Amino acid sequence: MHDLAPLCALGGTAPHIDQVAGVTLTENPGHALASVSARLGQEIACAEHLGTVLGGKAPGVGTWVRSEPMSAFWMGQDQWMVTAPFDTHEDLAAQLTTRFGITAAITEQTDAWVSFDMRGDGVERVMQLCANIDIETTPVEAAVRSVIHYMGVYVLRSAPDALTIFSARSSAKSLHHALLTAMRSAL
Amino acid sequence: MIINHPLLGPRDSSEFVYLGDARLLNRPDWQADNALEQFIDYGHTRENPAGLHRELWYHEQGDRSWLVVTRNTVTHEITQVELARDVARTGGRSK
Repeated sequence: MHDLAPLCALGGTAPHIDQVAGVTLTENPGHALASVSARLGQEIACAEHLGTVLGGKAPGVGTWVRSEPMSAFWMGQDQWMVTAPFDTHEDLAAQLTTRFGITAAITEQTDAWVSFDMRGDGVERVMQLCANIDIETTPVEAAVRSVIHYMGVYVLRSAPDALTIFSARSSAKSLHHALLTAMRSAL
Repeated sequence: MIINHPLLGPRDSSEFVYLGDARLLNRPDWQADNALEQFIDYGHTRENPAGLHRELWYHEQGDRSWLVVTRNTVTHEITQVELARDVARTGGRSK
């Protein structure tokens, strides 16, 4: 049996935290992720399953529905990403596959992504430098896909002064560098 | 140039990738008697209008949807933007 030490995306044994002026950037390794794509002809049934999972409706265009324990954000037509706490839902994809049956293609995504939480007074100014997003008019619970330094990202707004950013784990350090550089410039 | 995405609203054209003539949606039947001629036409023959042109754009930095954009090649004015899958399904395609 291998004895492997789990590491965060930035390489530390604990999540990396940066503070610039009033804004805190925190690496968040606590998400289990699975993508949900409706199969052809099963779009309505799939969305209904997702609504049941979330205790409401499936996220509409460009939005994020937060619930306990699972949340989901819209990625494209008939496609969503479901998130849940990693500690309790490490097997999220398997759980969803059982529930959705033939209505959706479920893909395990947990180790493919890095997540950063950015919080504090000035997150809008930081995002203005980072991405082609009209952040002032982006409401809470919006989910926007865009690009930061050529890296595809999902930017989710959790509060007026808080953003969650998902991007590829393989370029986590590049994204961290981009975000931190923008924080130092903007704040 | 702004492309008015049918789902996401106005987006900068830098978020999109241009593919070409929207007739690429209409792939010929490979079992037709004249399939070779049809595919040569499909692969190589293009109109080059000075005026309205229907073309495929991909929202690469957004929701990764394919769009059919009707653009005036003289003025760059965009008069219509549709989801390519809606256009294809309206044209009788199942996928």
